[in-house]
Amino acid sequence: MSSRLLVFALPLVVIAIFWLMSILESRVRRDPTHKSYFERNGLLLGGIFIGLVAFWTLFLVTLPYLYMVVESFHPTLTPNKRGGPDDVLTIAQYQSFFINPVDDALNTTHIGALIFTIIASAAVTLLNFAICYPLAFYMAQTGTAQKVRLLMLALIVPYWVNEILRAFSLRLLLASRGLINQTLMWLGITDAPIDFLGNNTGLYVGLSYAYLLVMIFPLYNAVQSLDRNQIEAARDLGAPWWRIHKDVVIPYAKPGIASGCTMVFMLSAGSLAAPQFLGGPRTLWFTSIVYDFFFQSFNWARGAAYAFILLTVCIFIVMAMLRVFKISLGETIK
Amino acid sequence: MSADVELENVTIRFGDFTAVDRATLKINNGEFFSFLGPSGCGKTTILRTVSGFLEPTEGTVRIGGVDMAGTGPNKRPTALIFQNLALFPLMSVADNITYGLRVRGIPKTERMRKADELLELIALPGQGRKLVSELSGGQKQRVAIARALAVQPEVLLLDEPLSALDLKLRQHMRNELRAIQHQVGITFIYITHDQGEALTMSDRIAVMSDGVIEQIADGQTIYDHPNSAFVASFVGENNAFPGKVVSASDGSAAVETSIGSLSGTNPRGLKVGDAAILFVRPESLRPGSGAQDATIRTETLSVAFEGNMSHIFLRGPSNKPIAMTVGRVGTSIPEEGQSLTVSYEPNLGTVLPEGKMARE
Repeated sequence: MSSRLLVFALPLVVIAIFWLMSILESRVRRDPTHKSYFERNGLLLGGIFIGLVAFWTLFLVTLPYLYMVVESFHPTLTPNKRGGPDDVLTIAQYQSFFINPVDDALNTTHIGALIFTIIASAAVTLLNFAICYPLAFYMAQTGTAQKVRLLMLALIVPYWVNEILRAFSLRLLLASRGLINQTLMWLGITDAPIDFLGNNTGLYVGLSYAYLLVMIFPLYNAVQSLDRNQIEAARDLGAPWWRIHKDVVIPYAKPGIASGCTMVFMLSAGSLAAPQFLGGPRTLWFTSIVYDFFFQSFNWARGAAYAFILLTVCIFIVMAMLRVFKISLGETIK
Repeated sequence: MSADVELENVTIRFGDFTAVDRATLKINNGEFFSFLGPSGCGKTTILRTVSGFLEPTEGTVRIGGVDMAGTGPNKRPTALIFQNLALFPLMSVADNITYGLRVRGIPKTERMRKADELLELIALPGQGRKLVSELSGGQKQRVAIARALAVQPEVLLLDEPLSALDLKLRQHMRNELRAIQHQVGITFIYITHDQGEALTMSDRIAVMSDGVIEQIADGQTIYDHPNSAFVASFVGENNAFPGKVVSASDGSAAVETSIGSLSGTNPRGLKVGDAAILFVRPESLRPGSGAQDATIRTETLSVAFEGNMSHIFLRGPSNKPIAMTVGRVGTSIPEEGQSLTVSYEPNLGTVLPEGKMARE
């Protein structure tokens, strides 16, 4: 129990330190024209501002995550043993990801699921980029205003449909006796139905579609601000179309590309519905494991540990990619 | 290498709007040719057609005798300098200059040699590693010229490239552009709405209005012998006296205007009864009386002293405003309110058919 208390006290300690520092600064460097925060905003309004910001950052952001961090360093216990002598700090939950506590062997199932999740998410990101870049370029540079509005509408309206319905509709479309297979068989392209769901086609299609907008809008924003004369100048100097994209458009849109790719990758790796409904029977998405720990075996500690493993690995990969493509983190959130 | 450019009956339409109407002209090899006109007159459209970004609706564009129909901008022997320069902000100066060579697959050492050579030409030696954003306006301008010249175009197209610069730099760049043209010896096609630029730099000028080429001639001819009311009113200052032709004889004509009968040359061969406008430039007027149909009685409204000369604003009969410019030497400047008789040499007046005038 003490470790949990300590963690909840941590934000208060940080706040107190900053408060003291500001008091110290106003003592050391006295500026007679400077009015304090409460003098400027009044006690009531100033108090409300501080209260709202504090509620947002402490209760909605900091504390839940801190609680999960602490939880992930505790053993799995039944409620009546919590706070008892067995409730000690441990890294057992993290170890269990590598070594299965049941048979003391390498935990290939979970490690494999993580690797698959990462690779599949990267593939979804690439696929999404390949689909969205031409679309975004068309919308930002070549399309007429009217066509662009229509296209935007066609992109956005389907997102009003909820995620589960969307996933199941795709499932119907891709099923062994679904529309696509029937058409293919009717056309004589294939004799037997193709197992789109079993070979994970459904998974990739579903995930790509789910995060299409997340990719398109950063790309669109980035490409839109590119001066069209730059494209024409490159063309006038003799560049073929692919070189114009490689040398002029993509370097310019790099922050937008990084932003879109980061978001799609993070969201794909952390998504739950699409992999569960559209993945093949042998496909194990990492978030499904986390979900099962929380809601099937009520093992919050291990679930939290797994969630943090996923988060850490994803952040590490994104940072590495930003490094490779020489983009600063600040540029991607512009 | 340099090439001539021919337009034959080039018409360009955007929907119902005719941007360029049957333009026919030949720009000679090695010439500095300007298109001069107010914004929206179609001059940029012509330039984009020559560079290949637009295909003419009708007519033919030939460069060096070769029909350019279906040839894209990346395949034409032209290079375009954009109004906003359109330098690549993420590339260094040298990479900007040699971009055209890079897409042609020319090896790096060769490119760097060429970059040094061009940086020398534009008087920015050793600045190839800088970023474009580190350069001043005039330097960017010169880099844009070097980037276009690097691909060794036969024709260089310039779309109001000086409009972003301040006045001093603009005047300096005029001389520099002219010097560069002499040095590289290729055809320059220059687009501008600034008559000073067109007059000082060009071998010949095409004056355009509403998609129509009004006159093609060298600067002095355009200024002294305009062939339409638009050219007379757009290039330089001019006093316009509309009226009807009352007499016409070998090369001269008299026009009955609201302030009396005035005469001038008759380049378009107008006949008695034609609606006409007589143009007299402010600097052609001088105090004192002259020939009977080249003399106007006026009253001085105000005088604007400009240093090397003075602008005198006069009021003629029936309140007609008239502008006169006098130099410092030999002429006394009238006082405001003083009545004044002014006159001009009849061969310095020009009688042109009534037509559209340039907006002030």
